[in-house]
Amino acid sequence: MIDQPSPATGADSGRGYPSGGWRRLQRPGALLWASTIVLLGFILVPLLAIFLRGFEDGQLVRPLGDPVVQEALTLSLITTAVSLVVSVLFGTPTAYLLARHRFRGRSVILTLIDLPMVLPPAVAGIALLIAFGRRGVLGPTLSDLFGIELPFTMAAVVMAQTFVAMPLYVRSARAGFETIDDEHLQIAATMGLSRFTIFRVITLPLTLPALLSGAVLTWARALGEFGATIMFAGNFIGRTQTMPLAIYQSLEGGDLSTAIALSGILIVVSFTVLVIFQVLTRSASSMVR
Amino acid sequence: MPGISKAFSPILDRIRPGLLLAAFLLVLPALVACGDDDSGDGGTLTVFAAASLTSSFNELGEAFEDANEGVTVEFNFAGSQALATQLAEGASADVFASANLTQMGRVVEADLVDGEPVIFAQNRLAILVPAGNPANVQSILDLGDPDLKLVLAAEDVPVGRYAREVLAIAEQSAEFQNRNPEFTDFNVVSNETNVLQVVTRVRLGEADAGIVYETDVTPDVVGEVTLIPIPPEFNVIADYPIAALSDGDTDLALSFIEFVRSSEGRQILADWGFLPVEPE
Repeated sequence: MIDQPSPATGADSGRGYPSGGWRRLQRPGALLWASTIVLLGFILVPLLAIFLRGFEDGQLVRPLGDPVVQEALTLSLITTAVSLVVSVLFGTPTAYLLARHRFRGRSVILTLIDLPMVLPPAVAGIALLIAFGRRGVLGPTLSDLFGIELPFTMAAVVMAQTFVAMPLYVRSARAGFETIDDEHLQIAATMGLSRFTIFRVITLPLTLPALLSGAVLTWARALGEFGATIMFAGNFIGRTQTMPLAIYQSLEGGDLSTAIALSGILIVVSFTVLVIFQVLTRSASSMVR
Repeated sequence: MPGISKAFSPILDRIRPGLLLAAFLLVLPALVACGDDDSGDGGTLTVFAAASLTSSFNELGEAFEDANEGVTVEFNFAGSQALATQLAEGASADVFASANLTQMGRVVEADLVDGEPVIFAQNRLAILVPAGNPANVQSILDLGDPDLKLVLAAEDVPVGRYAREVLAIAEQSAEFQNRNPEFTDFNVVSNETNVLQVVTRVRLGEADAGIVYETDVTPDVVGEVTLIPIPPEFNVIADYPIAALSDGDTDLALSFIEFVRSSEGRQILADWGFLPVEPE
């Protein structure tokens, strides 16, 4: 087996040494690198193309002053922030319940909460419209009792984003809460600490990386939300036209430079957030250790 | 460990990356080839047509297939602005039928048209309200109500541009100003990317009114929407140009255009509510 070392490793690596096989295994094989390079290229080529085309004739910079771009960026930042807050507020207790307690119907709830994650956004859009639309199942009641009409409002954008993105946060938070050792909580409980103190002092610091990564995934998913938004919230500049909708409309209308500028902004924003996220989780996990 | 795998694993180890690469290279052309299948003996005619032509052109396509043995007609219906962009970005088609001259002009400018576009049909605009007319819209003068939810197509969509022309004419009129003394702007709640989406918003009752073409009340939506005509003094005429595309099957394209403009073609268009334009 070790007579013919693979080309990736040196000619005499492992020969005659009992630990040679292991040492060889510790070096990445050619296949691993080859696949990684193919994947990386597949991701980077299209993204770089945006910037190449964008810088070609200043297309990337010029539309930044365009009100369409500014309105879409502002709206996207506001709505995704609200969606994230809503997801965290409702998702954290739900994730805790599902992670720390066993009860009948738990697995059903788990599946149902994950459902929007695998559901096509178009289905989410129609579902929201049929439920909360003017002639939907709940829409007329909302309108009669509270005078609320959701379609074509910023609230509708937030609902569409939260619907599709929240499961990512719940999933990640739940995985975090599941890793907490019962012993920690037992000790804290015998010290007479309250639920909220235990959560704040023990659970939260221990699960911060999981919560943060869930939050980032949720935010990114909300930022990219398109299908459910355009179906449920419509498309109006400054009110419901988020970045993805603005990209879609400018591309359809042949305004490639605006579409490219918007895409460039989204790439930069997403990249920055990922970097911040990695720094945060790294410091969070070092705090834990 | 089984003997065979022991004997072969060093060889396999060595060639596996190569095998994988070979498999990938073999599969790739197959995937690419999926795109172009040429079915039918007489060839396939690909027509890019404005969303408002959906019903009429589907019928025209069937009639054209009946008249030409072995020919298959395939349609791509969308907002004309989307079709023009697709063509400019390299989509391949044989015929382009646009709902206005601007979007046809973009394709002509990109040097993709064979010969000159011709106007084959005209259309007029109308107000569409949901069944029951919840906002009680009686005429275009009522659209100035600040509480009325109006849905239009986006400005670069032909019907969106026509609709804004109509609203601008209405806004200037003394009748409109008398009716809406406090008027500031129309309460547009959404800009859709083609006319069928405007119809859908109205049909679902999400919008109190939409501005569409007179031809948009097809059998599919009869009973769910009501059309309110816009009087001629406020209305505009929508011109529909059609052209053969230079990188397509020009002969087949020209014979389709000829068919659309023939008396049979004009009759089908008229049946769907268009104003067919006779060839000079």
